[in-house]
Amino acid sequence: MKKITGSQAIVKCLQEEGIKTIFGFPGGAVLDLYDQLYDAEIQHVLVRHEQGAVHAADAYARVTGKVGVALLTSGPGATNGVTGIATAYMDSIPVVILTGQVPTPLIGNDAFQEVDIVGITRPCTKHNYLVKSGIDLIPTIREAFHIARSGRPGPVLVDLPKDVVAGMIAYPEIKPIRMHNYQPTYEPHIGQVAKACKAILSASRPVLYAGGGVILSDSHSELTELATRLNIPVTMTLMGLGAFPGSHALSMGMLGMHGTYAANMAVANCDLLIAVGSRFDDRVTGRLDAFARNAQIIHIDIDPTSISKNVKVDIPIVADCKYALTAINNWFNSEKSLSPGETATKNQAWIDTINTWKVEHPLCYMDDGDIIKPQYVVEKLDELTGGDAIITTEVGQNQMWAAQFYKFNSPRRFVTSGGLGTMGFGLPAAIGAKMAFPDKHVIDIAGDGSIQMNIQELATARQYNCPVKVAILNNGYLGMVRQWQELFYNKRYSSTVMDTVPDFVALARAYGAVGLRAEKKSEVEPVIKEALATKNVVIMDFKVAREEGVYPMVPAGKATTEMLLV
Amino acid sequence: MKHTISVLLQNKPGVLSRVTGLFSGRGFNIESLCVAETLEPEVSCMTLVTIGDNFIIEQITKQLHKLIDVIKVTDISNKEYVEREMVLIRVKAEASTRAEVLRVIDIFRGKVVDVSPKSYAVEVTGSASKIQAIIDILRPIGIKEIVRTGTIAMARANKG
Repeated sequence: MKKITGSQAIVKCLQEEGIKTIFGFPGGAVLDLYDQLYDAEIQHVLVRHEQGAVHAADAYARVTGKVGVALLTSGPGATNGVTGIATAYMDSIPVVILTGQVPTPLIGNDAFQEVDIVGITRPCTKHNYLVKSGIDLIPTIREAFHIARSGRPGPVLVDLPKDVVAGMIAYPEIKPIRMHNYQPTYEPHIGQVAKACKAILSASRPVLYAGGGVILSDSHSELTELATRLNIPVTMTLMGLGAFPGSHALSMGMLGMHGTYAANMAVANCDLLIAVGSRFDDRVTGRLDAFARNAQIIHIDIDPTSISKNVKVDIPIVADCKYALTAINNWFNSEKSLSPGETATKNQAWIDTINTWKVEHPLCYMDDGDIIKPQYVVEKLDELTGGDAIITTEVGQNQMWAAQFYKFNSPRRFVTSGGLGTMGFGLPAAIGAKMAFPDKHVIDIAGDGSIQMNIQELATARQYNCPVKVAILNNGYLGMVRQWQELFYNKRYSSTVMDTVPDFVALARAYGAVGLRAEKKSEVEPVIKEALATKNVVIMDFKVAREEGVYPMVPAGKATTEMLLV
Repeated sequence: MKHTISVLLQNKPGVLSRVTGLFSGRGFNIESLCVAETLEPEVSCMTLVTIGDNFIIEQITKQLHKLIDVIKVTDISNKEYVEREMVLIRVKAEASTRAEVLRVIDIFRGKVVDVSPKSYAVEVTGSASKIQAIIDILRPIGIKEIVRTGTIAMARANKG
């Protein structure tokens, strides 16, 4: 058999996996691979910092549903990627990270740019590998893709010593991957499905609580079918936004720490909580013993470790959300005794109660003359993009206002670091998303603090003619931390004042991008319109009310009904 | 409560670190851990003794199972099982105590595996409680050094 080099084989393997775009940064240990990429049909996006490469690959995966790929060199290249890897891990995003490594004879020698990246990333990858010989190279990469995208998805790292990549190998034929030690459960247990359906029928105050799993499994339409058919109100986690149309009458928006009043009240008072692809995170549940206290709980999740980890579940269903929801919908379809009219009005008294809550305390903010309220900026972005842009966020107040005031009606439109809460995520993520969907508006809703963490990626966006828009809600503070200090630390704003920031408009120009600024409310709309019409990277610098807070807010450790309201 | 968990896993580099990392990262306890290869050289068997309530043990077994390299996880303390541990004890054995030490070893069906003018090295196998018992008996005589293997365990075969 004709032999090819390891790097030729890797590129061929990536093409077989359907990879068209990868994100990375070169270095000594990956030179062979970069040489191969020089005239390969795969587009390589050169970032300015390796963290950006992993975030971009992660966002690419979030918006497309395919596996994202990042390529980093050994040592500092790999360690710079770790925050990105941990971000993808916490949000269950399928990413394959290829890292260069020093040649096998030098491993363990403290060689130049050597680091034990497999050891470092063991707790923040779904799985990882060090490839020690050419014969294992391609089977390992294939297995990495298989693991990343199947079951509960996650990042998989493959560490590639330079001699293995440079060596000659026979390219192995494609074979179906069979791992007897790794077989995720996709199909639900039919007995559990029936139990769940009966519980749904007998409940009078049910709530659907949808998480990122619904989006990862592309089961938003199955979820919508279930909710609308049985008249069940839906709340979503931060990761679940878009799993159910945000402007639908049955949507209660987000729940938890900064969730809506209606959603938190509904969960606290429901008699049946149907958790789908969510994991009862502490930011969702608040004080555990007060969470859904009187409810029976159904939990659908592909990962058995998520079930009964924080909250005891009455009816667990270990399955892919799509399979489980389909089975539930089929059960109701085959139940002849149910007339559609009856199920459509079921729970109406409960819906009426929820509607009262919605009216009593809607998401809102106080207008203040010509001062720009950050929430207003997000509302305007929603309005002027028709609610159909891809929104990425940084972390903190900007993220919460984006989650609250942009109405996500479709899945894979909201790209945010939910689990890890990584500042600096939004801009590289916007680039990843825009590379996948060049024709869509992609907007990073940022804070003046977060944006500075990976602002160097403006150059990447410029280089690849990737006209992402950045909307900075500029309040001169690390706003979310400041808000906690205001509420819980006697307004002692320790190290949260950030009044020395670059002139973002001038900075944009320095990168060859366009900078726009709004200082008055009336300037917001024209700035957004101009940004959307500009075929270049744009930074919008919105000078917003400095000490605006995100509300409702459930203080950490309190019951979710103990909300601080506007 | 103490649980003995038997884990079959791929015999690959780094697997042990995945298991111990899981325990330290999630704040689970490891009382003892033994691992060696099975009849198939590519598969290892690990016996792990841990402490926790049912809630924690459920998480431990699920989390172990989630590791890609783990093939099978059994909490064998839910079943009938046999457990054994081995200990090597270097105990003081001077003229006045040599005979008594030998008597104690005999009672525990132990073996002397090394002799010096002032000490015996003794090998004893049994359940963890039996090992603890001989240690308690020999301690007043003078234990100089001790090495324990940790528990290994096997579920009993179905009767009939």
